[in-house]
Parts: sequence; C-alpha cells; structure tokens
Amino acid sequence: MKAKVEVFLKPGVLDVQGKAVENALHGLGWSGAANVRVGRVITFDVAAASADAARGDVEAMCERLLANPVIESYRVEIAP
Amino acid sequence: MKAAVVVFPGSNCDRDCKTAIERSTGASVDMVWHGESELPSGLDLIVLPGGFAHGDYLRCGAMAALSPVMGAVRAAAARGVAVAGICNGFQVLCEAGMLPGAMLRNAGLKYVCKAVALDVVNAQTRFTAAYGEQRVAVMTVGNGEGAYFADPETLDRLEGDGRIAFRYRDNPNGSARDIAGIVSEDGHVLGVMPHPDRAFEAALGSADGVPLFQSILGRA
Repeated sequence: MKAKVEVFLKPGVLDVQGKAVENALHGLGWSGAANVRVGRVITFDVAAASADAARGDVEAMCERLLANPVIESYRVEIAP
Repeated sequence: MKAAVVVFPGSNCDRDCKTAIERSTGASVDMVWHGESELPSGLDLIVLPGGFAHGDYLRCGAMAALSPVMGAVRAAAARGVAVAGICNGFQVLCEAGMLPGAMLRNAGLKYVCKAVALDVVNAQTRFTAAYGEQRVAVMTVGNGEGAYFADPETLDRLEGDGRIAFRYRDNPNGSARDIAGIVSEDGHVLGVMPHPDRAFEAALGSADGVPLFQSILGRA
C-alpha cells in the first residue's frame, strides 16, 4: 500500500517560513494570499494486511519519528 | 573526574567540547561514537555536542535521538550521571524526550552567530553552582533552529520549578520566555543553546563557560 504523510506545524505555532513565503507572495502582487503554512510531505510503501492496519502503523510512525507531536500535527492518507 | 563526548555523524563541536572540559576541569575526556551501545564506566559527565547530526535530516536531532548510544545516555542520566546537550545536543535531548519542548526555526529566519549575554537564572543546579555570585555569562550562539518552544503549562512549570538555568538578556531567536537553557525535572540533564565550549579562555572572547564545566566536575 502507498502511504502519504503530511506534516505541518500546529495551528498556533508560529511558522516563520510560511510567513516569509506569504510576504514574498504579497511582494509579487498576490495580496490576497493569507495564512501560508510550509509543511513536509513524506511518501512510502507500507506492507500491511489491510488499509486500517497500514493506517495504524503509519500513525505510530508519525508519533515516534515522522512528526514531533510537541510542535507538529500530521495527516495520513493510505492508498492501495 | 571523567567525561565523555558523544560524536554523531555531523557533530562539529565535539573536539571543542573535549578541549573545553579538559582545560576547565582537568578531567579526562573520552570520545564515544554514536553507534556504540555502551558508554565508558565511571563517567561523571556526558556531553552531546553542537553540530548538524545526520545533516539535520527530518528535524534537527530527530535521527540522533534514535542512535544506539542514546539508550546508554538515557540509562546513565537515570542513574544520576550529568548529561549536557549543547546547541544541537539540546535539540537531540528534546527529540529524545529527555527534556521537554522543541526547537523552532529562528524568528528572524536567520542563522544567528554572535556573542550573547545570559542571565544565570538559577545558580543552584549541578550545572550552574560554580557561577556563585556571577549573574551574567557571555557565550556565543550559532543556530538556525534555536527558538525554544513549549506549551504555556510546560513553560509555567519550568519557571515555577526553577528549571530555567539561563535566559537571554536580548533574545536573539524568538525563544519562548527568553529561554537559553533548562534542566530536567530530576536536575541531571541540561540543555543549553549557547556554547560554553566556545567560551573557556579570554582569548576566545569569554571564559564564562568554564564555571559550567567546573560546576559538574570541580575545579582543575
């Protein structure tokens, strides 16, 4: 199965990188761009008996390594 | 007295730490590769040095926190051996869960490399006792992701329990509550973002790192 993990700083944690990108977009004339957040996407294959089992494994991977729960939240997608 | 400095792939302050400890305290210092699962016996201090362990891949300190040696470091701290993480070492200790909180990218987005003045907030810890009446210490910082972050409850607890060892007088990176260094709940683990290892003789601009090492290992 294919796993896709998106990791972002939690809402409320200042994303200075997102802020800088937002300022740059404003500089290019897109004054309507707001709330820019810069995150990370991690994709990989995962061996599991079912999509639910794969999701359980990947969420555990996020808690242990792929995200830092102190500052980051994550979203998991599992595809066949 | 005996100390060990852990060397991760990408550590670049490991030799500075060794020299700083030797000159400050006269202790013998072993270098320990991150792949070792055991530490030398009879250690009084373990230092996780600055640098860019594992290229800062994923997050600063995330890979290093899973190194074989970290099991031994964790066990030593539980036995009461002093563990000090400096700069990248502080990031590793946070990622390993041995200290609360995490490091964010600096508020100004810049890598900040300069001398900073620190308040010695608590001179009663085993890492700061030798500062005595000295209330200010000057050391250099060198980091891009050094803005300390923790939730407000954790910050309140750190403050209330006297676990903030050092504070920036002029916050260089957006660290929460000007925090530059904290100790663990049991007091055996220190994380400090500025470099005591770069401040061990006047020719370097400051010798204010010396009391930190002397607090743990005694005077030379």
